[in-house]
Amino acid sequence: MASLLQRRKGFLPYLLLAPGMLWLGAFFLVPLYYMARISLETGSVFNGYTFSWHFATYSDALTTYWPQLSRSLEYAAATTGLSLLIGYPLAYTIAMRGGRWRNALLLLVILPFFVTYLVRTLAWETILDDSSVVVDTLKAIHVIPSDGRVLATTGSVIAGLTYNFLPFMILPVYASIERIDKRMLEAGYDLYGSRRDVFLRVTLPLSMPGVVAGVLLTFIPAAGDFVNATLLGSPRQFMIGNVIQSRYLEITDYPTAAALSFVLMGVILVLVSVWAKIAGTESLMGAEAR
Amino acid sequence: MERTLTASSDSRAAGGPLPSVRLVGVTKRFGDVVAVDHVSIDIARGEFFTLLGPSGCGKTTTLRLIAGFEEPTEGTILVDGVDMEGVPAFRRPPNTVFQSYALFPHLSVEENVAFGLRRKGVDKKEIARRVGEELELVGLAGERKRKPRQLSGGQQQRVALARALVNRPAVLLLDEPLGALDLKLRKNLQVELKRIQREVGITFVYVTHDQEEALTMSDRIAVMNRGVVEQCDTPEAVYDRPRTTFVAGFIGVSNLMPGVVVSANGGPARVRLDSGVEATAQADGLRSGERCWAVVRPEKLTLLSADEPAPPDRPSVRGLVESSLYLGTATQFVVRLPDGVTMTVLVPNVDEEARRRLPGAGDDVRLSWATQHMHVVREEGSRVGEGAATSGDGQRAQAPGDSAGPAEPALTEEGK
Repeated sequence: MASLLQRRKGFLPYLLLAPGMLWLGAFFLVPLYYMARISLETGSVFNGYTFSWHFATYSDALTTYWPQLSRSLEYAAATTGLSLLIGYPLAYTIAMRGGRWRNALLLLVILPFFVTYLVRTLAWETILDDSSVVVDTLKAIHVIPSDGRVLATTGSVIAGLTYNFLPFMILPVYASIERIDKRMLEAGYDLYGSRRDVFLRVTLPLSMPGVVAGVLLTFIPAAGDFVNATLLGSPRQFMIGNVIQSRYLEITDYPTAAALSFVLMGVILVLVSVWAKIAGTESLMGAEAR
Repeated sequence: MERTLTASSDSRAAGGPLPSVRLVGVTKRFGDVVAVDHVSIDIARGEFFTLLGPSGCGKTTTLRLIAGFEEPTEGTILVDGVDMEGVPAFRRPPNTVFQSYALFPHLSVEENVAFGLRRKGVDKKEIARRVGEELELVGLAGERKRKPRQLSGGQQQRVALARALVNRPAVLLLDEPLGALDLKLRKNLQVELKRIQREVGITFVYVTHDQEEALTMSDRIAVMNRGVVEQCDTPEAVYDRPRTTFVAGFIGVSNLMPGVVVSANGGPARVRLDSGVEATAQADGLRSGERCWAVVRPEKLTLLSADEPAPPDRPSVRGLVESSLYLGTATQFVVRLPDGVTMTVLVPNVDEEARRRLPGAGDDVRLSWATQHMHVVREEGSRVGEGAATSGDGQRAQAPGDSAGPAEPALTEEGK
């Protein structure tokens, strides 16, 4: 009887995990396997592909598309940094000073999500177009030279990425600041901490779990993005996502596209685990102590 | 229980040495709610001063006003003679031990304790020495590298204490510091807190809703109700000579008999109780003709059988035993008087033989007391009843006329 109960207890978690596991198995692991296979094939769409352990695709892809790959990482890093710079103060203010406006302000933060990502980015393309009012005004007040452009620059792509992924930074940071016990801050002030001291020694360390999560949620999608570079950039701003997209859909060079996907995944995995090593222990502890 | 006599009574307030903390007409309103209502207190240097009252009485707000987490709506707060108006919390001399401690979870025990000294820019070696000493004082030298969450509740409490004390503040503010601990640990820490306070000689302003804790630890107690200080006195005075029915009810078992002042001339007054008995009692500031409540503490009442005459110098009143309860060190009786009021009587269990002769439920008895043990307070109408009804925190603050409480409040008298 007891053993039956125990077995049922032991069984239940697996039952709860099953739907998610099956889903991931069918729609993540299986395609991943085929992608891995394709990346090692040789041939062409016309002659068909044969599996041949062709690892050279990886080295060729890396040497050819290294500029786009490193650009992706740079843009993603810049986007993450900007999002943190803009998002942290915003999240802090909403959490600490929002009062009864908190929920309304949070709603404003996620409001852009009500419009599709693609449409919003297209809107930015129109706004930043060479003949747009905004650009004309900027030229008139000599912020940019009369022959200068806003669209199709590094700045416009990074700005677009930042705009699109900012909420992913704000929300987790807000959540972790909001959870901080306000008496902790009072204790800081009580122990002779100035506002700056209390922020640096108490609030910031205790909000690290949110920052860590926000950085991951911003960096990962930004590194793989191609929409912003397509719509707001030019081939000179193309990121690895653009290459993969065109290899797959335009040039039908499947092995290279698959290999690049794996390279991007590998690079992100390495960066994330390094980041987790640096920031993880401290932030996880803060989370646990709540 | 020895007690430093730096604090005797309110009369010491003006003219004496500079008080450590002085509140003058302090009022704090939150919107329409008056949390603290014209509170004026002087707290002497090195005194163990307690703010006692039910939850919502304004005691914690008063503490937060001193700490600087809130600014008073009216009135002045002086610490060591310096007006604290506009002085931010981090520049104020008092330090606080928070309810549920508010330790920094990301810092070790050592770093928590060093926090204040670091902010003050004390020399590193000096910090290490003082932190070590302080952890020694609270018995946590072995736990210095641990994180707060790895400690028990009692240990966390000590870290919170060390974190505040290491700064050697002129005043230490403690907000229900033992509230989250179990009874046994609380008793131990009460003794320890008292020891530490004596050793370091710092003024303690202590907030609690636990009347027993207040009685055992304090030099003086301010009993608060609805933002007002009802009485500010030594524990003995608050217990033996409550000034209001609220104080009588909040501290110990109330035992209130309604009556009328027949004659008063400054000293002892003649009072006619509603049960028909006329008696002499201690009264301050009551006029003849006024309605009043007479307080006699349960252990000061003597139980006689109904036909047994009381000694001539002792007033007495007849009643009916409703229940008797064996409490170990004493037996507690609930006796109903002719006017319907119930009184609690505690009879110490001295020997088995005498205990067997005690009356049981349904017996007619006579209660008597010495005139110096009856204290008369002014009737305050509805205020008293309401105050008692709203007093939370598991405290039994009895409304006059309520049936006397069962064993629980009487048990607390055992400690006396």
